[in-house]
Amino acid sequence: MNSGAQYDVAIIGAGLSGLAAGIRLAHFGKRVCIFERHNAVGGLNGFYSLDGRKYDVGLHAVTNYVPPGVKGTPLGKILRQLRIEREQFALCPQKGSRVSFGPGGESTLRFSNEFALLESEVESRFPKQAGGFRRIAGFVREAPLTGAGSGASARGFIRESVDDPLLEDMLLCPLMFYGSAREDDMDLGQFTVMFRALYLEGFARPLEGVRVMMRALLEKYREAGGERRMKCGVKRIVAREGRAAALVLDSGEEITAGHVISSIGAAETAALAGEAPRVGRTLGYVETISVLDRPPSALGWGGDTIVFFNDSERFTYRNPAEQVDVRSGVICFPNNFDYGPGRGLKEGFFRVTCLANYDLWAGLPEERYRVDKARWFGEIQESAKRFLPKLEDGNSLLRATVARDMFTPTTVEKYTGHFRGAIYGAPEKNPEGRTALSNLYLCGTDQGMLGIVGAMLSGISMANQHILQAPAPAI
Amino acid sequence: MTNDECKKVVLDIIADIAPDEDLTKVKPDVRLRDQLQLDSMDFLDIVMELRKRHGIEVPEADYIRLASLDSSAEYLTPKFNALAAKS
Repeated sequence: MNSGAQYDVAIIGAGLSGLAAGIRLAHFGKRVCIFERHNAVGGLNGFYSLDGRKYDVGLHAVTNYVPPGVKGTPLGKILRQLRIEREQFALCPQKGSRVSFGPGGESTLRFSNEFALLESEVESRFPKQAGGFRRIAGFVREAPLTGAGSGASARGFIRESVDDPLLEDMLLCPLMFYGSAREDDMDLGQFTVMFRALYLEGFARPLEGVRVMMRALLEKYREAGGERRMKCGVKRIVAREGRAAALVLDSGEEITAGHVISSIGAAETAALAGEAPRVGRTLGYVETISVLDRPPSALGWGGDTIVFFNDSERFTYRNPAEQVDVRSGVICFPNNFDYGPGRGLKEGFFRVTCLANYDLWAGLPEERYRVDKARWFGEIQESAKRFLPKLEDGNSLLRATVARDMFTPTTVEKYTGHFRGAIYGAPEKNPEGRTALSNLYLCGTDQGMLGIVGAMLSGISMANQHILQAPAPAI
Repeated sequence: MTNDECKKVVLDIIADIAPDEDLTKVKPDVRLRDQLQLDSMDFLDIVMELRKRHGIEVPEADYIRLASLDSSAEYLTPKFNALAAKS
């Protein structure tokens, strides 16, 4: 019938979740191959070079960071399961972050990798809400690492304990920006995962960015005997009798596998299998990146690692009416992590993310796209600057800037293949990872776990659950 | 192989899959789960390492026998000895 290669497991996509799944399976002696359409690994958390500089695509910070010795956390779990030593990820903790609301950031809650800071900030600024906030934190602490209360509304849950809409919005803003695919509200399960990831645990970053972690994963995968084929996308999943019977590659080659794990998204996977994909209301983002000839601290911006900002009365997290919504967003200074004495990034970076409307970016003529990007770049930066310490001289940011880059939802779609550039996938998650085909499973964003650590945990748990079959927890 | 040697084999495996655990005070008669942060995913790794390193197969129905060090040794020692007798 065909003479193509045969595998125990084929994995579609060499991002964090696909690689993590691959490591588990190869480790257990499965013959596994990862197929990646791009020439680089990383997927939504990849990296690229431009004019001799290296940039991270998605990484602001690794969430779920806990210091050595803290047990029973997602980070500890993935390190164990992948047999990677903590040191290999070389994670350096953040300095400190904040949520700032109001036209000039009048209401601020600071938070860090010590949960006590956020607790005391809530106590001093929202004294009447402190008890309710503690109840929420207590619920999250008890929730399983994979999330609790799936399907329910996070806003509804918060309102059972907290009746100040400002605090509700301020708590939700970072969690939504770092991982909600749902407009205006969050799935409660996702909320517990993200609350733990950002507030109970915290932020860190390797000095050299996400490529440090990718390198560790690739090395492990190779050691375990996994195969990887780059620039080798999967064009079609051949469905026969309710199973994924074969994969047709971009080259036309046909391969077979006992199981298939797809990390490319639920709708994207359905499309490969010839089903009509159901693409819901997804959310898009833009990001501006300014490379500076000095560290941000030289501009007076050395104190913040991440700033989540919003200037409006209520926080709106939905598809904007214009190409970009600059009222709210996320500022990230990759320089402002604690890299240790004498260590730091050679150049300064100032990154700002805002919500964007995919439909208003897609299909623009080249020239118009370029002009719109340039215009929004300025508006996004001006909006973000309102929430940072005032520059001594209005032109100093411009003078310090040596390079710029910006991506839009169409950039994300083009390079990652995720429909509509939906970084956080579809609003509805699929925690079991099952599909219409009995031997085809999902991992990655649409399975439900988010962030760098979440992505890896997703790949691990889908490999364990569907292929390695974890024993009943009775032991 | 003696029961004690078998316990050492199991502890060595646990030391590799859970390098962050202190194994010096593990009580042999208490469930491993109750004294160490091991979950079902970790037990899967113990089973795999027994197969990879020592050629010992533990069918899913017998996973429960690995609950404590004592029960592991009781279950695994005869398997090790049967394997050694064959070679």
